[in-house]
Amino acid sequence: MDIYVLLKRTFDTEEKINISNGQIEDDSAEFIINPYDEYAVEEAINQRDEHGGEVTVVTIGDEDSEKQLRTALAMGADKAVLINTEDDLEDGDQFTTAKILEAFFADKEVDLILAGNVAIDEASGQVGPRLAEALDMAYVTTITDLKIDGETITIEKDVEGDVEIVETALPVLVTCQQGLNEPRYPSLPGIMKAKKKPLEELEIDDLDLDEDDVAAKTKTVDVFLPPEKEAGKMLEGDPKQQVQELVSLLKTEAKVL
Amino acid sequence: MSRKILVIGEVKDEALRNVSFEAIAAAKKVNPNGEVVGLICGNGELTPLGEEMVQYGADRVITVAHENLQNYTSEGYGQAVMAVIEEQAPDAIVMGHTAIGKDLTPKLASKLNTGLISDAVDIEVDGDRVQFVRPIYSGKAFEKKIITDGLTFFTIRPNNIAPLEKDPSRTGDVSEKTVDVADIRTIIKEVVRKASEGVDLSEANVIVAGGRGVKSAEGFKPLYELAEVLGGAVGASRGACDAEYCDYSLQIGQTGKVVTPDLYIAVGISGAIQHLAGMSNSKVIVAINKDPEATIFQIADYGIVGDLFDIVPLLIEEITRLK
Repeated sequence: MDIYVLLKRTFDTEEKINISNGQIEDDSAEFIINPYDEYAVEEAINQRDEHGGEVTVVTIGDEDSEKQLRTALAMGADKAVLINTEDDLEDGDQFTTAKILEAFFADKEVDLILAGNVAIDEASGQVGPRLAEALDMAYVTTITDLKIDGETITIEKDVEGDVEIVETALPVLVTCQQGLNEPRYPSLPGIMKAKKKPLEELEIDDLDLDEDDVAAKTKTVDVFLPPEKEAGKMLEGDPKQQVQELVSLLKTEAKVL
Repeated sequence: MSRKILVIGEVKDEALRNVSFEAIAAAKKVNPNGEVVGLICGNGELTPLGEEMVQYGADRVITVAHENLQNYTSEGYGQAVMAVIEEQAPDAIVMGHTAIGKDLTPKLASKLNTGLISDAVDIEVDGDRVQFVRPIYSGKAFEKKIITDGLTFFTIRPNNIAPLEKDPSRTGDVSEKTVDVADIRTIIKEVVRKASEGVDLSEANVIVAGGRGVKSAEGFKPLYELAEVLGGAVGASRGACDAEYCDYSLQIGQTGKVVTPDLYIAVGISGAIQHLAGMSNSKVIVAINKDPEATIFQIADYGIVGDLFDIVPLLIEEITRLK
């Protein structure tokens, strides 16, 4: 099977967000593989181990994204592709990303594409379904289980807490939800091996695209932090008094009861 | 300016979800003078639902009924909605940022070769310029986005844009459109109901969330009782989910759901930054924790330091008495 994983480098979930000059500061931030994309990498490796084939992880980013690709290779992926847009693109949006990926996949044989259901930074969740549509592939989002049996694929899909059992066939694109698997930590031998695994670097010229083909359709005009919460009221007394005061405040002051 | 705005309504358990009405209000914000055209896909009799959309502010509604639209599939709904878009040629499209909205709108945007602004919590209009406010980094920050080219296409987060008041005397045309929905490659074999009955977490006005402090699945029972008397839903921190006190579908945080209820009661939750990202924009936050140093108190409007197993039953009692 030819398995591809779409991967994004994101801020570590521990990071606080700071803004200077209307931009999110990223100088001192730690970066990770988007947590939902980690489920995708893990699932891709498991499916390959069961059904054979090869796992290729693909990211769009700059040189720094190589680190996250190496991590995915250390987990067990076979190959990595970095589509480096640093020199060509100022701002992109989900339209841009999907267009680039569409061009990348144009000449590929694909059985299965896995992605996270959302990235924890921009959180649009658009790229997976956009790409599937562009490639005329079936897709299923927010999956929590994936079984491939010959031609038939059975998927469990999370729908706001309910589970849909979906049947489809290859090729398919899926986006991964928490609960699908437990992503492994790269082992030391895995990390050593990853250094020698192929990592191909492309630019958008290599995909026969120029800047205009992928020009964003939306633009961020401002970034801001939510207002700081003022320190709240600590309720005193024995439990009964605390609860009575709370209910009274919720009713009269906060007006939510 | 958008002259014609298509509002894609969403049906769940044979009723329109609230976010459908919120989307009508959002459409009116984008252009108060535009024509709001509602769209409902489903199976069976949809006209009464269409009339309801009119009562909430739609000027007219198109319904598409087909047996292949009984359950949502991206392909089925994609065909139905695209047929309506091609016929109506709207200048703007809005839908709720729900499981279905998240699944369907990127497909439509790809087909239409347009941009899409997902998960707006507010809309600011300044002359001809429409800015969409949306959370990034799970609510740790916000961005304002504009459409620079093509269709104004956006989704709204449930519970953030107030619907217009229902006006039962309002009338408008509700017409049925026939679309042949076929060749669906993904088949829904079964739907297993696991979500807490009644109130959906993402649309709940009140959420009672438990953390590791709740100590066991058994310990969540009083939380369910409290949620019930408040007409709310139960959520959880990652810690509680990892410890298998409850299902991952209840998880609130940077991974998991991001929620903005009117009232959020955090029970036995210490307040890791990842959890705060998922709930800190709730309107009123109550924290109950035995550790007075717990981070959750820093963002809580009201805090009680105490044993949750004493406090929660008393709270249930007090609220029941009130009602």
